[in-house]
Amino acid sequence: MKKIVPCMMLFAAASPVAADFELTGTLGAENRLFFEKGTLPGQIETYQGSLELELDARWTLSDGKFDVVAVPYARLDGRDNRRTHFDMREAYVRYNGNTIGVRAGLAKVFWGVAESVHLVDIINQSDVIEDIDNEDKLGQPMLEVTLQKDWGQLTGYVLPAFRKRIFPRQEGRLRLPLPIENDLARFDQGSDDGADVDFALRYSHYFGDWDVGLSFFHGASREPRFVLNSAAVAFAPYYDDITQFGVDVQYTNEAWLWKLEAIVRDTPFETFSAAVGGLEYSFYGITEAGADLGIIVEFQYDDRNENPLVSPVTIADNDLMTGVRFTMNDAQDTSVLAGTVTDINDGSMSGVLEASTRFGDNWVGEIEGRFFLNVDPDNALVGFKDDSHLMLRLTRYF
Amino acid sequence: MLKLKQLNKGLKATLLGTALVMGGGLTPAHADEASKAKGHEIAARSDRSDNGFASSEVTAVMMLTNKAGKTSTRELSFKTLERENENVGDKGLTVFSTPRDVKGTALLSHAQILVPDNQWLYLPALKRVKRISSANKSGPFVGSEFAFEDFTSTELNKYSYDYVGEETLDGMKMDVIERFPLYKSSGYTKQISYVDQEVFQVRKIDFYDRKNALLKTLTLSDYREYDGGIWRAHTLTMVNHQTNKSTTLTYGDYQFKTGLTDSDFVKGVLKRIR
Repeated sequence: MKKIVPCMMLFAAASPVAADFELTGTLGAENRLFFEKGTLPGQIETYQGSLELELDARWTLSDGKFDVVAVPYARLDGRDNRRTHFDMREAYVRYNGNTIGVRAGLAKVFWGVAESVHLVDIINQSDVIEDIDNEDKLGQPMLEVTLQKDWGQLTGYVLPAFRKRIFPRQEGRLRLPLPIENDLARFDQGSDDGADVDFALRYSHYFGDWDVGLSFFHGASREPRFVLNSAAVAFAPYYDDITQFGVDVQYTNEAWLWKLEAIVRDTPFETFSAAVGGLEYSFYGITEAGADLGIIVEFQYDDRNENPLVSPVTIADNDLMTGVRFTMNDAQDTSVLAGTVTDINDGSMSGVLEASTRFGDNWVGEIEGRFFLNVDPDNALVGFKDDSHLMLRLTRYF
Repeated sequence: MLKLKQLNKGLKATLLGTALVMGGGLTPAHADEASKAKGHEIAARSDRSDNGFASSEVTAVMMLTNKAGKTSTRELSFKTLERENENVGDKGLTVFSTPRDVKGTALLSHAQILVPDNQWLYLPALKRVKRISSANKSGPFVGSEFAFEDFTSTELNKYSYDYVGEETLDGMKMDVIERFPLYKSSGYTKQISYVDQEVFQVRKIDFYDRKNALLKTLTLSDYREYDGGIWRAHTLTMVNHQTNKSTTLTYGDYQFKTGLTDSDFVKGVLKRIR
């Protein structure tokens, strides 16, 4: 009896009748400085300032068995009307059972292991007006059912509506030489993105030092190919129906991480494969204070047709990425990532620099830079060749 | 980004010790078989004093103080699943709630004994689960004076032991034992721990660095007894003698036998956190 009483009190405390509600968010100010004036007609010259706001409201019921989440996001850009945009990043209800989980609504999902390109990750549309690294995502409408067993996690997705990729307008930096008219978007299933229903399946588990993911997707490609419009002054994005199989594997051994992602994609025009593989090795405790230095090397391969009328454009077709990650392990969580990606065929190079640190308890300062060097006129990077820039962002968390 | 490790068991078992003898290491003169056995026995008695706790949940506040006395804090929660077999380690899930920019960042750890632990990190902004290396034993845990291994290497059989003697600390009679890491990449040559003779809990540990110089002292205080004779320290203070920085970890009330099972410690659960 002695043991049961405190136990019951505990249950009483842990199952409130009302839901737990929590509201958090971020407010960020961002300054982008381009090293050169935009050379395409109408482009912003060198300075671009913007504000971003993200709220995160979540209700948790029955000790975490259910949750309801809403994450609205907005950016207000001083110069680029298209970059001023709003998106519901997440808005879902979820049931978290011991073996079965069900989620319905707008959500974000990440698949994969690689650092330099995310081939396997296909559920969410990329928010490419935010950044060109495909790490900002639009909320994807979905019904997600997850089965968790001893043999791993199996997740099925029904994706009842399609999110178009929103490309920069004329004034935007980091765009292709000709503007892309989002309103001209076409699909294999007609011109209506609401008519598109996609399906996906994902298996994920680990076996000792090996983490393995297998994935299947059937539906509209998240990346469009480009068709010239009748007046040949703009591109129309065309979203083909595709079927894609993916595999991602990581082998973790001491300070080594070995990574591989590979896909095979069947489109109405071709069947192609792509892969990214490499390693990350960390030197721990390189300073007295305990900083770490990681070395990243990844090779990117893609054998899709290079004609943008036939296949979506990719820059990661035969490229070598090298990078270093410096982690201070200090109280401010200071870290720096620097890397380059070089096209082995033509030598075109892009570089990235990302540094961040915390100020006080609630402020984070970041510097991000992207650099384009030696860009070959035939390389898909050509639209970005004058877009090298530094970005400073200060974010307040509340 | 943060590389959290498992802070489980409130460091409880972390600490006992005596004469090691890792391959080729020097054996202290007094490390005869009898004192090694006695050291191990004291460590084992302490480690096993909470056998049967099954699972625990607790929140904690970690306060970091730098040389100038400036402080910063982190709030975290720990879930732990006991695995009674001493040849496998416990499972732990650590979730950060502050600083706010790392809210929802989580670390899942499946402790092993002499082979590296399995660890996954969850990064909520990207919804990304990353398998991470657990080779970084001696690095600072989230900028604190605790090293990863201070939290993750709490298993009895990760060390060899030697008995040193008896001493009085804060009016309590203590057994003093040394312990020597058997796992790879430890930042310590040895630790000296003080285990009380009444309820067999670790009260203090001195950590010696790779040059065998005194590096840190951990003081475990505010011990409270829970149902079933389970003891937990609620204030852990780590002082670095070489940098004069310190970190204090203050735990809330523990909840035991909360019904957690293996399925609460699979990598798939990380995605539900945030």
